[in-house]
Amino acid sequence: MQNINWRLISTHTILIIGVLFMSLPVWVAFATSTHAPETILRNGLQFWPGGHFFETYNEVLFVEGGVMKKVTALAMLKNSLILGVGFAVGKVVISMLAAYAIVYFRFRLAVPLFWVIFMTLLLPLEVRIIPSFQVVSGLGLLDTHTGLIVPLIASATGTFFFRQFFRSVPDELLEAARLDGATPWRFFVDILIPLSKTMIAAILIIMFVVGWNQYLWPLIMTTKEENYTLVIGIKQIYQILAEGGELPQYQKAFALTILATLPPVLVVLVFQNWFVKGLVESEK
Amino acid sequence: MKRVQFEHSSIPYLFIAPQILIIFVFFLWPAAQAIYQSFLLEDAFGLSSQFVWFRNYADTVFSDSWLQAAGFTVIFSVLVTFLSIGIALLLAVKANEVIRGASTYKTTLMWAYAIAPPVAGLMGNLMFHPLIGDLYKFLNAIGWDFDHKLNAFDAGFVVVLISVWKQVSVNFIFFLSGLQGIPKSVTEAATLDCKSPTRRFWTIVFPLLAPTTFFLMVINITYAFFETFGIIDTTTRGAPGGATNTLVFKVFQDGFRGADLGGSSAQSVVLMFIVLALTVFQFRFIERKVHY
Repeated sequence: MQNINWRLISTHTILIIGVLFMSLPVWVAFATSTHAPETILRNGLQFWPGGHFFETYNEVLFVEGGVMKKVTALAMLKNSLILGVGFAVGKVVISMLAAYAIVYFRFRLAVPLFWVIFMTLLLPLEVRIIPSFQVVSGLGLLDTHTGLIVPLIASATGTFFFRQFFRSVPDELLEAARLDGATPWRFFVDILIPLSKTMIAAILIIMFVVGWNQYLWPLIMTTKEENYTLVIGIKQIYQILAEGGELPQYQKAFALTILATLPPVLVVLVFQNWFVKGLVESEK
Repeated sequence: MKRVQFEHSSIPYLFIAPQILIIFVFFLWPAAQAIYQSFLLEDAFGLSSQFVWFRNYADTVFSDSWLQAAGFTVIFSVLVTFLSIGIALLLAVKANEVIRGASTYKTTLMWAYAIAPPVAGLMGNLMFHPLIGDLYKFLNAIGWDFDHKLNAFDAGFVVVLISVWKQVSVNFIFFLSGLQGIPKSVTEAATLDCKSPTRRFWTIVFPLLAPTTFFLMVINITYAFFETFGIIDTTTRGAPGGATNTLVFKVFQDGFRGADLGGSSAQSVVLMFIVLALTVFQFRFIERKVHY
C-alpha cells in the first residue's frame, strides 16, 4: 500500500512540474502586462496581477499610437481573424474538392496531378520565400488579402487528409447513389459533405490556429501598418524594444503577446475534442 | 483507390482545378524561379544579371557561415527533437496513469499548442532580458556567467529552451492518444507477467508507441528546420556572430536583409534537396524498422 502511494505522489509531482513549465511563462506575461512600466523596470517580471490592467489593454487595443505608430491592436486582431478564417475556409474548400476528384473519379491525368499535389508537402513556403514574394508582387497582390492567404493554401496537407477520409467511406454509398441516378455534384453535396461534418470542423479549427499563427509570409507580404496581424505586431514591438527609448513599454509588449495568444488558445480549449481528433486522425 | 468510381471526362478536372491552379502559380512557378535565380549573379544595383553556372552554390554552400549554420541546424534539430519528445513522453505516460485530475492535466499540458512561435519567442526574449528577465538574473545568481548576447552557447540554450517549450504540447497530444489507444487487455496481461512498471513500459508500451514516436520525429525535425524561424527572429536573430543561424533563417537573412538573391536562391535549392533526402530516407529506411 505504502509503495503505491509514493508512486502516485511522484506521478502528480511530475505532472504539476510539467503544468508549471508550460503555463508559468504565460501567467508571468499576463501578470507583468498589468503593471506600470516603472514597476517592471525597477522590480523585473511580476508574478501577481497589478493595477494597470484596464489602462494598458485600453491603450493597446483602442488608442491610436498606443502600441504601433498608428494601428491599434483591435485592427490587428481583425486582420488576424481574416487571415485565420480565410486560410481555414479556403484550405478546406479547395482541398475537399481536389480530394473528391482524386478519390471518386477515374481520369487520365489523375496520377501525375496527384504527384504534383504531393510535391508541395516537401517544400515549405519558407524555402521558396523570395521567389514567392516576387511572384505575388509581380501579380500586384502585395498588401491584399488574396496575396496573403492564397499562397499559404498552396501546400496540400488538407488534400491528403480528406483523401484519407474519403477512402474510408464505404463504397456501397456511391453504388446506391448511382443506382438512384445521382450526379457527381449531388453525391458530393448531399452525401459526402454531411458525412464529413465532424472532420470538416476539426480541420477548420486546426487550420484556423495555423493561419492565425503565420509569421514569415505575412511579415514580408505586408508593408502597410494597417495590414499588420497581431503576430506581425509582435515583431514590431520587438523592434521598438530593441531600439530602446527613455521608458521601455514592457507591459505593452506583454499585453500584445497575451492578445495574440488568447483567440487561438480559446478556440483550441473550447473545441478540444474535435481539435485533438482532427490533429491525430489527420496525421495517419 | 475506390472500387467504384465515376467515369466522367471533364468533371474531375473542374474539381481539382482550383488546387492545381494555386499550386502552379504559387508553388511550381516560384520553385522554378528559385532554381533559375540560383544560377544568376546580379550586379550591386540589381540592374543586370549574368549566368554563372554553379558559382553561387560554390560561394555560399562552401562558405564558413553556411557550414556554421548547417552545423547549428543539425545540433539544434537533434536537441529540440529529443528533448521535446522525451519530456512529452514522460508527461503523457504520467497523465495516462492518473485518474483524478486527468482531464485538467491534459488541458493544461496541451493548450500551448495554439501559441505562435514568434509569440513564444518574444515571451522568452523578455524572460531572458538583461534588465527585467528573471531567468537571466536567476542563472547569473546561481553562478552561471550567463550572457546570450555575447556567448554562443548561452544563445543556443535560449533558442533550444523556447523551441522545446513550444513543441512539447503537440508531442504530448500524440503520445497521450497513442497510449489511450493501447487495449486494456494488453496492459492488464503485462501487469500479471511483469511486476516492474519501468520494465513493463520499455518492453510492452514503448514498442507499441514506436509508430507514433517515429512520426513525431519527422514532425519535430520539420519543426526545428522551418517553424522555429519565428522564435529565432524574435530572440537571437542568429547572434552572436551567426552562431544561432539555422539554414532557413540564413536564406531569409541573405535574401532580404543582405539582398543577395543568387546566393539566397542557391541556399533555397540546397535546402530543397536536404528536405527531399530526408523524406526519402524517412520512407526507405526508418519506416521499415518500425513495426506497426
